[in-house]
Amino acid sequence: MPHKTFMAFIWPSLLAMVLFIALPIISVGYQSLYIEHEQILIESETCGPFGCDTEVSVDAQAMAQLREEQPAGRFNGVATYTNVSHLAFDEIGEIFATSENFGEIRNRIMNLPFYKALTFTLAYTFIVTPLVILLGFIIAVVVNSIPKFLKGPVIFFSLLPMLVTPLVGSLVLYWMIDSRGIIGAGLQALFGDPSLSLKASPVLTWITLFVYGVWHSAPFAFVVFYAGLQTVPQDTIESAMVDGASRWERVRFVIVPYLMPLATFIALMQLMDNFRVFEPIIGFSAAASATSLSYLIYNDLRASESPLFGSAAATSLLTILGVIILLLPVLRRNWREFNRKT
Amino acid sequence: MSNLADKKPPSLVALSTGFVLLWLVIAAFPFLWTMWGSFKVEADFFSRADWMNAITGPVTERQYGSPFTGAGYEGAWVEQEFWRAVLNTALVTFSVVVISLTLGTLGGYALARSGFKYTFWLLMAALVFRAMPHVTLVSGYLLPFFQLNIWGYLPTTIIVLVAINQPFTLWMLHSFFLSIPKDLDEAAMVDGCTRFQAFRLAIIPVMWPGVVTTGLFSFLLAYNDFTVTSMLLTQENATMIPKINSFLGSTQEEGKVMYAVAAVVSAIVPLFVLILFFQRQIVSGLTAGAVKG
Repeated sequence: MPHKTFMAFIWPSLLAMVLFIALPIISVGYQSLYIEHEQILIESETCGPFGCDTEVSVDAQAMAQLREEQPAGRFNGVATYTNVSHLAFDEIGEIFATSENFGEIRNRIMNLPFYKALTFTLAYTFIVTPLVILLGFIIAVVVNSIPKFLKGPVIFFSLLPMLVTPLVGSLVLYWMIDSRGIIGAGLQALFGDPSLSLKASPVLTWITLFVYGVWHSAPFAFVVFYAGLQTVPQDTIESAMVDGASRWERVRFVIVPYLMPLATFIALMQLMDNFRVFEPIIGFSAAASATSLSYLIYNDLRASESPLFGSAAATSLLTILGVIILLLPVLRRNWREFNRKT
Repeated sequence: MSNLADKKPPSLVALSTGFVLLWLVIAAFPFLWTMWGSFKVEADFFSRADWMNAITGPVTERQYGSPFTGAGYEGAWVEQEFWRAVLNTALVTFSVVVISLTLGTLGGYALARSGFKYTFWLLMAALVFRAMPHVTLVSGYLLPFFQLNIWGYLPTTIIVLVAINQPFTLWMLHSFFLSIPKDLDEAAMVDGCTRFQAFRLAIIPVMWPGVVTTGLFSFLLAYNDFTVTSMLLTQENATMIPKINSFLGSTQEEGKVMYAVAAVVSAIVPLFVLILFFQRQIVSGLTAGAVKG
């Protein structure tokens, strides 16, 4: 296809991506170098019968004008990146200088908002992803072995947790784990502890979020593996049986290696999706004990008086950097494959 | 697979049946429970006394004279004007699906038929774009949108969702068009069609299965979106998911929580219907990327 025809076909889609994905990334980079204007204060003196009071207040008019002239704020360079709510170099240096042992260093770093969110995001990504693959595989193998007329309904109900919006899905679970909800009350009865609440402790909140993540994504892995199982060559299975392989050995040495490429695919999709974990934190109202990078950005943009564009942009750029690091092995592999083909 | 050698021992059959049942309960029970409970009052759905109350609904019966009540739905749809959010969602999802499929088929077709190296780079860029957390993009939009005075309107959100959807649509349709033989459109071109005529006359008639599948996923993305719609729309223009989130702010008052429950169920039901009708396409769409990649 000549270049000109190619462009004729692809330009609308390309334009949309450049305008609303590439440019915003540049815009984020630009905004991250700026910070909110300092407040312009004016002193006004009100004199009454009992002497004069001076009042300091924000000059709203001057602020509005300043915002109009420089909407992005004042130039701040990379200072936003290094301040306490992002990479916090100064604080980390101080922590290393003044802390006595490793545990203390870890605890103090975990109190810095950026590192707290990063830890949760990475923990969520790297705990949920393998569990999703494992559970999805088990469900697929088991469902594949049940009678045919049951498979349709099973797949129907299995798809629900995945297709329902994360916010809605997490709300449904959140109401059930409430201490007055069925799961919450059930757990209290199970452990004989009427004060048990999944919302109270950070550890339990983390576990709840992980469980939610696995519940939400396992159907995806299940469906992909299930479709893969339909294409496993019967000859190979039969020759394994002739060679005396037991049921377990057939799964271990024939089916698992055959489905490996699918596992890579699921892992890639899950890494991308889990890294941006965000809605469950809102659905479970878990922000007090678990925040993710995406949540930090959302929170900055939702700041009560005026959005903290600079701070949100800096976190965004660091997140994008994280995504690229995460995808680097995949991109390299694709590049090698592409070169081999051409 | 009915040969004798593959006959399963009864213990294995029992184990796998039990596992499937357990999984079904885990996957479906929360939704059925919430649907049932949405017709109760808060004191029943969140019962301090006995969890059985959520099933039988004694408090609901005392208040409304029957164990079921539509009070939550009435409050959400009428009093809190959830119907407005439903209309907005319908408008947004419909436009997003139509526009992104139009752009996506053209682009995906070009990517599948052009053999040049830049198609690889475009697809890789699309993959990286696909991985961008949406909220990072939103933080890039807000300030320019405020400046241009286009913040808060539905068309802005629709265009943004279309763009966010493009990488995925391109990948999916690209691999779908690869599976349509090249001969088809090349034969049309030998017969004197231009490239566009070949696309219109030879490809469009056979592309619908792939387009329907891709369309389902575009629909899901637009329907399920929270990040973009909650940050880019005003209160009046809010779609269903941000609206549900705004119900949560006022959960303290008795009864308000049931509005949110009713709204959540209202948002789930269309998905139920969707899966019912399009299960096959959804399954094939989920695996489409896997078969290739």
